[in-house]
Amino acid sequence: MTTAPDSFLERAPLELRDWAVQLLPGPLQWLAHHLITVVAILAVFGLFFAFTTIAERKLLARLQNRLGPNRTGLPKFSILPWHLKHTLFGLSQPFADAVKALTKEDIVPAAADHFLHFLAPVIVVAFSLMTFAVLPFGREYLPVDLDAALLYFFAAGAATELAIFMAGWSSRNKYSLLAAMRALAQLISYELPLILSVVPVVLVTGTLSTKAIVLSQGYWIFGFLPHWFVFTPWGFAGFIIFLIAALAESNRSPFDLPEAESELVAGHLTEYSGFKYALFFMAEYFGLTALSGLGVTLFLGGWQAPFPFLEFIPSYLWFMMKLIGMIMFFIWVRGTLLRLRIDQLTRLAWQFLVPLALLNVGNAAFWVLTTHWAGPLQLVRWGVSLVIVILPFFFLGRSLSAGYAPRTYRYAP
Amino acid sequence: MLGSGIINGLIVTAKNFVGSYHDPKRMVTVEYPEQRTVLPENYRNFPFLISENATDPMGTLRCVACQICEKECPPQCIIIEKSKDKKPDASGKPQLYPAVFGIDTSVCMSCQICVEVCPFDAIKMDQVFEIAATDRFHDLFLTREKLAKPNSYYHQIHPTEAAEVDGRLNTERKAAEEKAKAAAAAKAAAAAAKSVPVAGVADPGPASPRPATPIQPASAPAAPATSPVPKPQDEPRSSPAGEGGPANPAS
Repeated sequence: MTTAPDSFLERAPLELRDWAVQLLPGPLQWLAHHLITVVAILAVFGLFFAFTTIAERKLLARLQNRLGPNRTGLPKFSILPWHLKHTLFGLSQPFADAVKALTKEDIVPAAADHFLHFLAPVIVVAFSLMTFAVLPFGREYLPVDLDAALLYFFAAGAATELAIFMAGWSSRNKYSLLAAMRALAQLISYELPLILSVVPVVLVTGTLSTKAIVLSQGYWIFGFLPHWFVFTPWGFAGFIIFLIAALAESNRSPFDLPEAESELVAGHLTEYSGFKYALFFMAEYFGLTALSGLGVTLFLGGWQAPFPFLEFIPSYLWFMMKLIGMIMFFIWVRGTLLRLRIDQLTRLAWQFLVPLALLNVGNAAFWVLTTHWAGPLQLVRWGVSLVIVILPFFFLGRSLSAGYAPRTYRYAP
Repeated sequence: MLGSGIINGLIVTAKNFVGSYHDPKRMVTVEYPEQRTVLPENYRNFPFLISENATDPMGTLRCVACQICEKECPPQCIIIEKSKDKKPDASGKPQLYPAVFGIDTSVCMSCQICVEVCPFDAIKMDQVFEIAATDRFHDLFLTREKLAKPNSYYHQIHPTEAAEVDGRLNTERKAAEEKAKAAAAAKAAAAAAKSVPVAGVADPGPASPRPATPIQPASAPAAPATSPVPKPQDEPRSSPAGEGGPANPAS
């Protein structure tokens, strides 16, 4: 280890916070400390959400050989004597969208349950923000160091499903209600593979604390290769299952059935407009960001640098770079794959992901039991673990896709 | 293997992503107000009137106010009033001209029937599509002045069609001139031979405004005589107070 933990850039945000806190009288310091953390998370991930939306639109456009939004510049403020004519590559688009959403009329159906209709978007944003509390954003940047952090993360994440059903039910609209029920079926189906894909990490590290999980990925193999869990057979399989389940949990394409833009009016959001709709949208992206952050934490080494000589870059920047990479991958998948039907969706979860995830738990158990194997036995350990991953995938995939592929097009040229 | 199709798809979109930055041919969109695509030659939307001379569009309209297009127009968006006097056309013959020629583009359905029935090649389809207006009654009603565009513009937007029309018109004009010359020569010869005019027979005259064969494209299928009984005029759709207003006070 170099002197990276003590470098100025690594410490600067912490020093700034401590300096601001010590300005206040003693009894307020505890409160100020946590409020600053909360405000920092809200500001950083609020802006991150804004730029994720524009990045998504631009990336999707590029994936389809289009240009994407590039017109929104700065408005002419009447008090300023000059006007910046540059369009800034359309980067101010999210702020224009925010102004639009804020100024739209907020319509609540007359027959709706007004209180729950109002509460649903609030709850969905609150719970998806709460998951950020246990993500280690850097070496010293963990808002709350819980022993049962993973449990807390999934508890808070699952609570957003309550809000989705609340939105569908309180709208008093049959389409909203049906869509909310379908969304619930999807979310509960994928909750299982999501959590099962995380269990191997817990088995191997023996802890639920996100901080300890990241630290256990911290040393180097042969002095330069990262010891991230994604580079082990069980970790790779777990990561892939986690990716698929995370896509479904955050209602992303190809699992975006709850509000399939091209087919439904907006699913459970049918009766929402203006800023409440924007809040649901925001919660969806917060959920995606939080799940990506969890994936980075569990499988991609968290805030660790990939190589020892890159450790001079502050840990929080490494975390953000990996997070952006994950989100770009999700956007790439959205630009590529088609939407599944509801039966295909649940079939994929129950017949494919859940069995594979269960086998992967056994794989991790084998990995833990063989930690003392050394020398040529190490190769046997890797071989057996790889076989436990690949063979079930191959045979399960074959049996599931039997009779479906390859598709022949009789009339197409 | 399961999942190989997904990876192939990801490769395709990744190629699109990289290619869209360095290969302009991949791009399927253009930045519209600044960049424009070339419109296909066959594109059409609303009709316009052809004038022979760009400097005097009103004086050199090919239209002779025969009102065939007005009668044929299915949504009846054309309004024509004949002139009281006659002006010489391109070949020097005195012709009627439209004192009023209007097309309501909010009614026009771009069917091109007016173009097909016109025996004088006077009305053709335009390609101007930026026609947004703030007043649907005045700005969307195109008058004679707005409709008239020179023949060179027609050559610009529909080159093949315009060349074909011009060639046909030129041969017809030549043929008509030669016929008139031949008729005049024959008349002169007959007059010289007889040298005595017969009293009581009206002199047809070589410079008659309507020769025996009027200038008419040979290929024009619908001669005025073959057109069916004119349709009765519809009630006007919009009263002076706008649609849904009180009925026309005149009726």
